Amino acid sequence: MKATEIIFYVLTAITLLSASFVVTARNPVHSVLALILTFFCLTGHYVLMNAQFLAAVNIIVYAGAIMVLFLFTIMFLNLQKEDEESKTTLTKMAAVVVGGVLLVVMVAVFRAASVAPYDPATYNTRVGLVESLGMVLYKDYLLPFELASVLFLVAMVGAVMLGKREPGDRHF
Amino acid sequence: MQPTQAPIQIPEVIQLIDLKYYLIISTALFVIGIIGVLTRRNAIIIFMSIELMLNSVNLLLIAFSSYRSDPTGQVFVFFIMAVAAAEVAVGLAIIVMIYRNTRSIDVGLLNKLKW
Repeated sequence: MKATEIIFYVLTAITLLSASFVVTARNPVHSVLALILTFFCLTGHYVLMNAQFLAAVNIIVYAGAIMVLFLFTIMFLNLQKEDEESKTTLTKMAAVVVGGVLLVVMVAVFRAASVAPYDPATYNTRVGLVESLGMVLYKDYLLPFELASVLFLVAMVGAVMLGKREPGDRHF
Repeated sequence: MQPTQAPIQIPEVIQLIDLKYYLIISTALFVIGIIGVLTRRNAIIIFMSIELMLNSVNLLLIAFSSYRSDPTGQVFVFFIMAVAAAEVAVGLAIIVMIYRNTRSIDVGLLNKLKW
């Protein structure tokens, strides 16, 4: 077994375990920390597949910005205490059965599907680098790229408006 | 004159690991996210489970893109990340507002739209 394979399996195991911990942890702060670990392992997968630009963006956007937002909100709302009343056992079992059935169905589909292997003759090793992605992004997807900036503006205005305290609102 | 570029090998993981493994991993991540959404009542943890599902799709798109050496899939992942960042900002603002009004972020309390 080569080193790459070992790294792949270890990364996969940590990804799935920490993802399960996100869902099962009682303390929301532990959930966020497990989610950060999941994102770092996914970044490892991206590096393995030579998607270097997206690996960097994943660290910056997810492990940086989004996780800071989550942690900030949790500490802002002071949710460390475990006052969450959990759902009934029946609901939990039903949820796990639904998820398990979906997993089984999808794996059965993948078994039946034939996925062609990669083609070494036409393989372009520079696909995941900034250069080739920039070419595609600014030539073929220029309009969606500009629309994304409008989306960000709307999201920013919306977040500020929702978060603003109206006169007469309670303090925390 | 073209700058000389060091040749990059085909990533070893693509030569050694079948694409089906990535299909199964991302399906498993997605299912974990679904189970999280269905079993938890804490709004922030439900939100984090949605992030897990988005990331499983990202993983799948990047796997297909780099196994097929087609950059379009990775551009899509870039857009998904942008939309996810905007979604998190608005969603967390909504959660803060819910907390301000109900002193709790238990989604079980928000049942006015049920049935």
